[in-house]
Amino acid sequence: MMQERLLELQEEALQKVTAASELKELNEVRVAYLGKKGPITEVLRGMGKLSAEERPKIGALANEVREAIATEIEQKQKALETAAVNAKLATETIDVTLPGRPVNKGNLHPLTRVVEEVEDLFIGMGYTVAEGPEVESDYYNFEALNLPKSHPARDMQDSFYITDEILMRTHTSPVQARTMKKHEGQGPVKIICPGKVYRRDNDDATHSHQFQQIEGLVIDENISMSDLKGTLDVFAKKLFGQDREIRLRPSFFPFTEPSVEVDISCKICGGKGCSVCKQTGWIEVLGAGIVHPNVLEMAGFDSKKYSGFAFGMGVERIAMLKYGVDDIRHFYTNDVRFLKQFNHHEA
Amino acid sequence: MFVSYKWLQDYVDLSGINATELADKITKSGIEVEGVEKKSEGLKGVVIGHVLEREQHPNADKLNKCQVDIGAENPVQIICGAPNVDKGQKVAVATVGAVLPGNFKIKKAKLRGEESHGMICSLQELGFESKLVSKDYATGIFVFPNDVEVGKDALEELGLSDEVLELGLTPNRSDALSMIGVAYEVGAILGREVKWPVIEKEESAEKATDYISVKVEAKEDNPVYIAKIIKDVKIGPSPLWMQTRLMSAGIRPHNNVVDITNYILLEYGQPLHAFDYDRFGSKEIVVRRAKDAEKIVTLDEAERTLTPDHLVITNGSEPVAIAGVMGGADSEVKNDTTNIILESAYFAGTVVRKASKDHGLRSEASARFEKGVDPARIREAGERAAQLIAQFAGGTVLQGTAEVDELTMEPAVISITLEKINKLLGTNMTVSEVESIFKRLKFGVELDNETFTITVPTRRGDITIEADLVEEAARLYGYDNIPTTLPTGAATPGHLTDYQIKRRKARRTLEGAGLYQAVTYSLTSEEKAAQFALEARESIRLAMPISEERSQLRLSIVPQLLEVVRYNNARQLDSVALYEIGSVFFKRGDQELPEEKEHIAGAITGLWEAHPWQGEKKPVDFFVAKGVIEALFDTLGLTDQISYRQAQINDMHPGRTAEVLLNGVVIGFIGQVHPTVQKDLDIKETYIFELSLKALSEAEVAPIAYETIPRYPSTTRDIALVVDQATKAGDIQIMIEEAGGKLLKEVTIFDLYEGERMEQGKKSIAYSLKYFDPERTLTDEDITKAHEKVLEAVKEKAGAELRG
Repeated sequence: MMQERLLELQEEALQKVTAASELKELNEVRVAYLGKKGPITEVLRGMGKLSAEERPKIGALANEVREAIATEIEQKQKALETAAVNAKLATETIDVTLPGRPVNKGNLHPLTRVVEEVEDLFIGMGYTVAEGPEVESDYYNFEALNLPKSHPARDMQDSFYITDEILMRTHTSPVQARTMKKHEGQGPVKIICPGKVYRRDNDDATHSHQFQQIEGLVIDENISMSDLKGTLDVFAKKLFGQDREIRLRPSFFPFTEPSVEVDISCKICGGKGCSVCKQTGWIEVLGAGIVHPNVLEMAGFDSKKYSGFAFGMGVERIAMLKYGVDDIRHFYTNDVRFLKQFNHHEA
Repeated sequence: MFVSYKWLQDYVDLSGINATELADKITKSGIEVEGVEKKSEGLKGVVIGHVLEREQHPNADKLNKCQVDIGAENPVQIICGAPNVDKGQKVAVATVGAVLPGNFKIKKAKLRGEESHGMICSLQELGFESKLVSKDYATGIFVFPNDVEVGKDALEELGLSDEVLELGLTPNRSDALSMIGVAYEVGAILGREVKWPVIEKEESAEKATDYISVKVEAKEDNPVYIAKIIKDVKIGPSPLWMQTRLMSAGIRPHNNVVDITNYILLEYGQPLHAFDYDRFGSKEIVVRRAKDAEKIVTLDEAERTLTPDHLVITNGSEPVAIAGVMGGADSEVKNDTTNIILESAYFAGTVVRKASKDHGLRSEASARFEKGVDPARIREAGERAAQLIAQFAGGTVLQGTAEVDELTMEPAVISITLEKINKLLGTNMTVSEVESIFKRLKFGVELDNETFTITVPTRRGDITIEADLVEEAARLYGYDNIPTTLPTGAATPGHLTDYQIKRRKARRTLEGAGLYQAVTYSLTSEEKAAQFALEARESIRLAMPISEERSQLRLSIVPQLLEVVRYNNARQLDSVALYEIGSVFFKRGDQELPEEKEHIAGAITGLWEAHPWQGEKKPVDFFVAKGVIEALFDTLGLTDQISYRQAQINDMHPGRTAEVLLNGVVIGFIGQVHPTVQKDLDIKETYIFELSLKALSEAEVAPIAYETIPRYPSTTRDIALVVDQATKAGDIQIMIEEAGGKLLKEVTIFDLYEGERMEQGKKSIAYSLKYFDPERTLTDEDITKAHEKVLEAVKEKAGAELRG
C-alpha cells in the first residue's frame, strides 16, 4: 500500500516539476514534496505500522523517490536559470554593424615616412644617421665639396644667401663633409644624411624652394663602383619592389668622379615605355658616384688608401614616384585629407 | 646642344646606325640625349613652286592671285595673302592634300570668289619657331634661292626631314658644344674615325698686318687674339644648306658673313666675331678692361654701361665689343659692308661670365667662352671662316693674321695603372680593353707593363686627374657591364643616436595621441618669423629673398601650423590636429652660423572626440592639449621634471596659457590662441604648444628600476577643499604630496566645483589620497596621522577648509 503511495507521489511530483515554468513554482514543488510537512515525510511517519521486513524496503524506496524528485528539481532549476539568463541577454542584443568609438590616431608625414624607411634600411646595413645645420657656411656647402668660389654652379641666383659666407644649404652634402672631417682621416665612414635643403626656385608643381634630401656616404679601403651599384640595387628593390632593376648612366657632379645618374625600371609599364617614364622604360631617381679625390683630401683622407661612394636623392621625388603624388606642393600644404592617406603599413 | 644627324655625317661615318639608335648609345655612354626630333614628322605634300604670275585679287586688296608651277602638268592658281609674294619667286607650296603642323590639311578653297589650289607657305607655317626665321621673311613667305628645282620636296630642301638630337650637356662636357666635339664622342662610342673639314687657303699678296694691328692689355683675360682681314665681300644671304643647318641648331640666319661665323661656332665650338673694317674707327685693335662708366651701344641697340670687371675690344679709343658677349652697333656688319675684320680669340671664362651676367646677355658665344674653348682650334676656326667667307661672300682673304698669341696650353699627361681602374670600378678589364677605350677617344696612349700614360687632347679640358680617366673607361666599357657587389670592409654597427631615437618616440607618441605630422616652410615673412617665439631673439633675413612672404628664417613653428589650420578650416575641415618637428633659427653674430634648435609644435582645433550616434562629442580644450604633451613627457621619462606656470604671452589667451618648465627652466608653452588672432586668421578656437625638443632630449632620465608590486592593501581617503578661486590646484597638490609623507602614494583630483552654491570667490576641489606601505597593512591610526598632517598643511598654506 505504502509502496504504491510513494510511487504515486513520485509520479505526481515529477509531473509538477515538468510543468513548472518559473523558479518560484519549482520552489513550491520542492517545499510541497520534499519539505518536512510534505507527503513523503508523512508516509515515512506511518512506517511504524509496517513489519520489520518491510520497513527497510519502504525506507529505501522513500529515499529513492526523494532523490529522484530532488534530481529532477535540480535539473529543472538549471534549465530555468539558463532560460532566464538567455531571456535577459536576448533583450541586450546590439547592432554590431554600428561603428565603433573612434580612437584618435595620427600618422607620419609621407616625407618622414620615406626618410624613416630609408634610414632603417641603411641602419640595417651598418650605417648611422648623420645630421647637420640647415644654415651652412659657404665652405662646407660648396668649397669642401670641390665647388670653388669661381664655379658656375654657385650662382647667387640659385641659392638663398644670408651673407657672402653663409647660406641656406643647397644639399645635404655639407653633412658628409662635416662627418668626414670628424673622422680625421680614419675609415670606415658609413652614413646616411637626411634633411631639409633650400634652392632659390619659385614653387610650382615640380619645384619647391624647400625640399628634402637623403644622401649616403661610404668611405673605406677598396670601395668600388660595383659596391655602389650593389648598394643602390638593394635600395631600389626595398623601396620600390623586388622586381625593379637599376641602371647607371654617366653624369657629372663636382664632388664625385666618376659620377652617375641612377634610373630604376618603370613599374607602370614594366620597362616597355609609357608617359610616366617618357617612353624610356626608366625613371631617374638619384645621383651618385665615386667620391672625388679632392673631396677626400680636403676632409683629411688619404685618397691613395681610401675610396668611397656617395649617393643622393630627393625625398619628394621618391615619395611622388612611390605614392603617385602629382604635385610637390601637396607636401607643404598639409591638407589633412592628403596627410591622412599615409596611414598604414604597406606589405 | 642640337645636333643634326645629317650634318654630323660630315665628320663621322654613321652608316648602319639610325638617329634613334645613335641617341641611345650616346645617352648610355655619358651625354643624355633628351630628345630626337624630326620636324617633318606627320607633314606632307609641300613642294617647291615657281610663281609664274602674280596679280591683285579682283575682290580683295590684301590678297594676291598667283599662278604657280608646282612641277605638275599645269600650273595651279593659289590665292596668297603674303605681302612679299611676287612673280619669279621659288616658294614652298602646300598642295591640295598637304598636311601642315597641327594636322592642318590643305583643301581646295574659294577665297572671295577665286579658286585656290593650295597655299604658299611661310617658314612659321611649316613649323619653324618665329625666333629662327630670318628677319627678311619674318612677316611673309619664304623665298628659296633660284637654283632649287621646281616640284621637289620643300620639306627636304628646308632640312625638315633631318633628325635633330637634343643633347643635355653637364657642365664638364663643353667639348660637345661643337659638331666636331660631338663627332669625337660618337667616334669613340662607335670606334670610328673623325673627319675634319679641309681648309684650302687662298690668300692675296696683301698682308693683314698692313690693315690692322692687335694689342692686348689684359693678357690674362685674353691670351690669344687673332684677326684676319677679308676684303671686297658682298653681303647677301648665305647658302640654303647653311641656313637650314643653323636653324636646326637653333640659330636664326642673318647674312652670309654673320651666318658663317655662327656656322663655325657650331662646327668648331669657337665663337668668332666679324667687324665692319670701314666702320671700325681705327687701324688698331686694343683689348683691355673697360673703364668705369664707359659706354657702348651693342648690336641689340641697347646702351650699356661698363665697369672694369668687363673686358672690351676697342679701336684704341672707343669700345667696339664686349669681349665674348656681344659686338657694338657701330661696327656691325651691314648690307653695305665690304671689308671685314674677323676675330678669333680666347677670352677667359670668368670675365665673360661676369659681363654676360651683368648685362643679362647670354649667347651661344658667351656660353662657350664661359666653359672654355679648345685652344687648339682658335687659329683653324678663323682660317676656315675666312675661307668660307671668300667662298660664299665673294671676298679676298688677306695674307696672314694680325695677332697676339701667348697662350701656352700643354695637354694634360696622366698616368694610371690597370689595377687602379679595376679596383675603383670593381671590374676585371684587360689591358687591351682599356687601351682600346683610350684609343677610341683619340687620346695619346703609352703603355708600360700595366701602366697607361695618357696624353689628353686640349679639347677635353675636363680630364685632369686619374679619376677622370677612370670615368672615361667606365662609361665606354659600359655601366651595365660593371658587376653588382656590396662593400666588404669591417662590420660597423648601424644605429640611431639617442637624440634621433627620442625624436622618433616623440613622433610615435604624438601620432598615437591623434596628431598628424605636418611639414611646413622654414622661410616666412618678417612679421610671422618672431610671432609666438619661445625666445625673444633676433631672426635672420635672406640677402636676396624671392618674396617678402619667404624672406625670414622662423623663430617658431606655430605661425606656420596656424596657417595650415586656416587652410584646412577654409575647406570645411573643422577638426584639425597637427604637430611638426623642425628647426628654428636664432641669430648669433653677423658672420656666425645661427643657433639651430629643433622644436616640437602642435595645433589642435575642433572636436577632439566625436562619436555622434552615441551622442558623444568633446571639443578641444586646454586640457586636451595638455594631456597630449603630458603623454609626450611620460614617454620621454620627464613627467617628474615638468611643471606648468600660468603665463601671459603675446597673441595667446591671457587666461588660458601656461609656460612649460623643465626643472624650473622654461622650455615651451601651451595654451589657446588669442581670440583676436583667431579671428584675424579666420580659424576656430585653437590650442597650440611649442616645446624645445633639444631641451627635452638633453634632460637626464632616470633608468627604469623595477618596484615590487604591493602585497598589502591600500586605503583611500577623499577630501573636498574649499579654497580661493585664484588658488592653483597644482600648488595644493604639491602641498599635499609634501605633507603626506612616504605613506601617501597617489593624489588624484576627482572633482572641481565652482558653481553658485559656493561662496563668492571660492571653489571646491576634491582630492582622493591613496595611502599604503609595501611592508604591512596600514592601521587606521597610521593613516589618520598622515592625513591630519595633510589637512593641517593645506589649511595653513592655502587657507583651505574642509567642505562640509
